[in-house]
Amino acid sequence: MSQTNKWEEAEVRKNSSILEIASSAEGTLTRRDFLKLTGSGILITFLVGDPDNLLSLGQRQERPRENPEDFNAYLLVKEDGRIACFSGKVELGQGIKTSLAQILTEELDVSVEMVDMVLGDTALCPWDMGTFGSRTIKYFGPALRQAAAEAKAVLLELAAEKLAVPVDSLSAENGVIFDRNQPSRRVSYAELTQGKRIERHLTPKPTPKPVASHRIAGKPFPRVDAKEKVTGKAVYAGDVFLPGMLYARILRPPAHGAKLKSLDLEEVKTIPEVRVIQDGDLVAVLHPTFDGASAALEKIKAEFDLPEVKLTDENIHQHLEAMAPAGNVVDQRGNLEEGEKVARQTLEAVYFNPYVAHAPIETHTALVAIEKEEVKVWASTQRPFGVQSEVADVLGVPTNRVRVYPVYVGGGFGGKNRNRQAVEAARLAKLVGKPVMVVWTREEEFFYDTFMPAAVVKVRAGLDGSNRVIFWDYTVYWAGDRSSQMFYEIPHCRVVSRGGWSGSVKGHLFEVGPWRAPGSNTNVFARESHLDSLAAACGQDPLEFRLRHLAGNQRMQKVLRKAAEEFGWKPARTPSGRGFGLSCADYLGTYVAAMVEIDLDQETGEIKVKRMVGVQDMGEVINPEGAKEQIEGCLMMGLGYALAEEIHFRGGRILDLNFDRYEIPRFSWLPEIKAFVIDNPEMPPQGGGEPAIINVGGACANALFDLTGVRLNRLPLNRQRVLQALREKRQG
Amino acid sequence: MKQKISFNLNGKAISLETEPDRPLLWVLRNDLKLTGTKFGCGQGYCGACTVLVDDEPVRSCQFEVGRVNNRKVLTIEGLARGEKLHPLQEAFLKHEAFQCGFCTSGMILEALALLQKNPRPDRELILRALEDHLCRCGAHQRVVQAVETAAGNIRGGR
Repeated sequence: MSQTNKWEEAEVRKNSSILEIASSAEGTLTRRDFLKLTGSGILITFLVGDPDNLLSLGQRQERPRENPEDFNAYLLVKEDGRIACFSGKVELGQGIKTSLAQILTEELDVSVEMVDMVLGDTALCPWDMGTFGSRTIKYFGPALRQAAAEAKAVLLELAAEKLAVPVDSLSAENGVIFDRNQPSRRVSYAELTQGKRIERHLTPKPTPKPVASHRIAGKPFPRVDAKEKVTGKAVYAGDVFLPGMLYARILRPPAHGAKLKSLDLEEVKTIPEVRVIQDGDLVAVLHPTFDGASAALEKIKAEFDLPEVKLTDENIHQHLEAMAPAGNVVDQRGNLEEGEKVARQTLEAVYFNPYVAHAPIETHTALVAIEKEEVKVWASTQRPFGVQSEVADVLGVPTNRVRVYPVYVGGGFGGKNRNRQAVEAARLAKLVGKPVMVVWTREEEFFYDTFMPAAVVKVRAGLDGSNRVIFWDYTVYWAGDRSSQMFYEIPHCRVVSRGGWSGSVKGHLFEVGPWRAPGSNTNVFARESHLDSLAAACGQDPLEFRLRHLAGNQRMQKVLRKAAEEFGWKPARTPSGRGFGLSCADYLGTYVAAMVEIDLDQETGEIKVKRMVGVQDMGEVINPEGAKEQIEGCLMMGLGYALAEEIHFRGGRILDLNFDRYEIPRFSWLPEIKAFVIDNPEMPPQGGGEPAIINVGGACANALFDLTGVRLNRLPLNRQRVLQALREKRQG
Repeated sequence: MKQKISFNLNGKAISLETEPDRPLLWVLRNDLKLTGTKFGCGQGYCGACTVLVDDEPVRSCQFEVGRVNNRKVLTIEGLARGEKLHPLQEAFLKHEAFQCGFCTSGMILEALALLQKNPRPDRELILRALEDHLCRCGAHQRVVQAVETAAGNIRGGR
């Protein structure tokens, strides 16, 4: 099984901790390697997640290489007193470099300038599955805090000895430990660590500072990547240069499934400075500049045989439904037949969403240099360790000979879990004997994107005599089960998931994969639309209707009430003509609600969202400003899939290949956005990078219904669909 | 055919020998190693490659380098004075008006061109100026706030 498949299998495994997954793949660094690397100072090794899971799975799995089994992250107080933390996670713009540094400054009483966060360097960081699923702070944060507390405890012990003062009377500030009774008695972290080598492995857990005493974590904290990013100095994969490197442009088929029929390389071979490579399926031209390689590519004459076009964006949903596997029951309670008997009113609907692109502004990019001792890789990726093993496999070298260096990533959203561009750069680097940079064009980015899958949801639900939802029969096709679990209190309920969001599935003509909050955008759109229809069917306000089905769920109630208060939601039966819509959801433990107000251009059918309120309960919050940025970003990005984004295709030919046809949210779309984070420090931190996006589709569809009485069950709510629906309504 | 092209780049006179029909973007990135200017779509739709030529914003992926001969080019690298950031950079930093940062250089330069022409832009003007700058992270609201703050600070002489 390939690394990629393993990763997918691991990712879809329900409720799997990051560690179970870590153990399913091969690692790279041995304990010996670490000892060599780290030098003097205090080293705290620790494990992210539940160690029992790691060991039990570790015993079962074949482990091709030695790899530390008892830790997957470490923290170092260096000889100069600086704090370094090493993690395989990646900064994609979501701000983890900042919030992880923030945790360290808090626990260790140092300024942020004293902290070095080393992210995603495969030679220095222990193996990590990848950065997705809003997992970094949720799983890594608490472990990092424990490790920092342990380091602090060691420093205090050393200081107590050095100053001959009991630990109890010591305090730390800005990297210096002092005697509270006699503050002139002081010693810096650097003095304490110099020439020492202290290793601690985190087993019995030291107690980190109580949340209530946090001065830094939990407060807004400036981004550590800010200055680099506003000055153009932040280094992304495409910004790295090596002597002699060449840019590659690769011949691409016009459609997925197309076969090369004829190829004429005569003309391109005459262009000075251009190298032409043909190696099996790989035809490429290389030049010292990107534009030089691009100009050369146009001189290749190639013809392709195209497969017959059977599927298009028009008929794909019927096809997918027919191809769906039997699936599995996600949630079941009561007895649907009982529910059907009691129901006074039954509502049935089918919901659809199309393929949606990730479209990060940075396209897939990688530079690979094959050197004697080491294969060096710089890649725009959410999975540096995935790149490492994929490059090693294609080059036929041991994994630990490949080093992926850290770079900033220009947006991922799930699309940069696939690393095809790095494999291409590696193959070409080997073939030409020089470092090779592959920068995908926007057209390649759309063509090879692993789209959010087109999906279908069928719901049948009924109301009893007291206007309560008495049964809920829900089947989702091809989006997976995330956020499909029923949290409303409904006595008879069944949720079935038939086909997931991941991998090369038989039903699709091209690859699909995780798209920010995978599956949840589909499931929440369907559930919250249907809930709204049920509320309308019994003439109830959509908020009150939901609250009545959440009597035992204080946490969700609180999130909804906060949204209502900030939005100014007044109860009304729908359609009220106001254009208000709401949606709420549970994303892997983070609770979110959104309320929107829309306007509609009756002539064009264009929906304009005027304002949005997003509320999120993510447990303890490390960086509230960072959390708000993620909510705002989710709400804005979500307008795309809600209102406009859709990949059109004719067979394997993708029709939307650049931003002229594929519309993503722009400045003119900008509503007033207000983001709120519920203070819930008693709950451990949950994920924050994805949850808020999942409400946007449902909230917009519900607002359209509230404004016009038109219910659209198909995303996106684009102009043509809205106009057509309005026309149909007028004609009765 | 290669030609000698001379221009003022970020306040310094430079000249280079290259084909005049090459895109300015790739001359900046490949030949001059100024990588703050980004490649996003290659067709002038996304705005990530925006630089100023004689104070006018241009899409450098669509702009032939021969056209900058004897003119003035400003990229993100030329905005700060040593360690002192430009008020627009300060404002983007203060409002955290970016996430991944890939579209940031282009937006800052577009905003600079706007403020040079109109020191008191209203929100509508700012939105219009930035309309063809795409941001996938959804930092739009903060970008607008940053431009408003910068406008105020520049007028206030900061």
